[in-house]
Amino acid sequence: MHGLINRAIQRFVVDSYGAPQWAAVARRADLGFVEFEAMWTYDDAITPRVLAAVSDILDRPYDELMEDIGTYLVSHPNLEALRRLLRFGGVTFVEFLHSLDDLPDRARLAVADLTLPRLELREHGPHQYSLTCVGDIPGCGHLFTGVLRAMADDYGALVFLEHRGEADGVETVSIALLEADYAEGRGFELGAQAS
Amino acid sequence: MLSVLCPMHVVLCPDGLITSAGPTTQKLSRQQPVVGRPFLDVFEIKRPREITTLEGLREAAAMKLHLQLREPPHRELKGVLMEGPDEGQMIVNLSFGISVVDAVQDYKLTAADFAPTDLAIEMLYLVEAKSAAMEASRQLNRRLQGARVAAEEQALTDTLTGLRNRRGMDSILSDLIADGENFALMHMDLDYFKAVNDTMGHAAGDYVLQQVASIMLKEVRSHDTVARVGGDEFVLLLRDVEEPAVIDQIATRIIERIREPILFEGERCKVSGSAGTTLSRNYEVATADQLLGDADVALYESKHRGRGRHTFFSEELRARSEAAKIPLPRAQAPQM
Repeated sequence: MHGLINRAIQRFVVDSYGAPQWAAVARRADLGFVEFEAMWTYDDAITPRVLAAVSDILDRPYDELMEDIGTYLVSHPNLEALRRLLRFGGVTFVEFLHSLDDLPDRARLAVADLTLPRLELREHGPHQYSLTCVGDIPGCGHLFTGVLRAMADDYGALVFLEHRGEADGVETVSIALLEADYAEGRGFELGAQAS
Repeated sequence: MLSVLCPMHVVLCPDGLITSAGPTTQKLSRQQPVVGRPFLDVFEIKRPREITTLEGLREAAAMKLHLQLREPPHRELKGVLMEGPDEGQMIVNLSFGISVVDAVQDYKLTAADFAPTDLAIEMLYLVEAKSAAMEASRQLNRRLQGARVAAEEQALTDTLTGLRNRRGMDSILSDLIADGENFALMHMDLDYFKAVNDTMGHAAGDYVLQQVASIMLKEVRSHDTVARVGGDEFVLLLRDVEEPAVIDQIATRIIERIREPILFEGERCKVSGSAGTTLSRNYEVATADQLLGDADVALYESKHRGRGRHTFFSEELRARSEAAKIPLPRAQAPQM
């Protein structure tokens, strides 16, 4: 698994719960080190072990934890660069939704060996969508529920999201867009590069 | 229609005035609207050649144009011009080219300012994504570099010869002293090594050092230590010494073998070795500095007597060297 993904989990724990909690996770997962390197590749078995350890140490249900990580990735100021990259997907939340199919390819353009879950958006009605996620890590649907929730907030859209469960490794999230311009949303200037 | 397909276009009437402009073109001038002004007053045409007249402009139809805004910050643009449907009318479509990254900041552009088919947004995305990835790599490199320096500082091995280095020797010597072991400290340095280095090059010099190191390792016993403590200086720590004659034998064998020419790329490198030894049992309280200094006195005596030999330290030697006030440089080995 790519170091960027492992490191994202690390940063979530450190930024939300503090470095001592992360150190405890690293011990529980038997990592043998504390810091993940963003640009290294780690054994695939490590990531599920780390997630299980986080769930244990923080005493949070796994699915809830995944959703929290998703929300964190978009909304925490320390990861502003990631939010910006996602906002390049579209000017409106609906455009952003339609850009999700391309997300794994976009990620690969930036970091050639980064593999993200495969995503597919289906349109069921004027404001009714569903997103299917197929990934190596269980719960990636919950993670994207968190991402979508935070991105909707970012665009100022009002949405209702629901994880519809998993079948044959495919997780489905239903998306109901209640109002596209519900709130102001956060600004996005093309030229303002995140540090 | 043109404003959607090409939001960065201008339409010129036959006398070269801008009659209309796309919404993005209009953002390029903050001082006064571009519409109504002569095209060549707003834009300077840099290439294919400097174009200053309308006729010249008309001739450049369908060519790739390099333009520059006359208004600060003088952004450069790319463009292409074609005759319009009306008599004498010209249409120019513009693009920021590679300067799009700066332009979006200068003119506060949004995705809506670019045609949906324009790859500008994708390019901006890539620039940001690549910068973020590059920054992560840079941080990793910095950390690795720091780790490497730290590892080198802590290294106990001489990378050229595989022997112990100065630091490695120091730590073993202090252990031997602390344990009260009976050992010999031999200081050996190469004669004529500088000549080899100077006349045959550093590669030859490095090869000689490696050969000398392997000779020393073969001649000492498995529990002895050989260290390279300076350019051509070696310290041997020989343990469990009951009989000084054994030490002398070891030193003599090493010196004999070093004296044999070493072949490097078909050429003969000739060096010899001089050595001085002091024995720990001759001291009531031994210190590393004292032992190294006394071995040095003995080494100096070997050099003094014509090189290529081995001498044991004695109080008599010390007295003689002090009387002669011979400056005895305590080998200041460079840190390796």
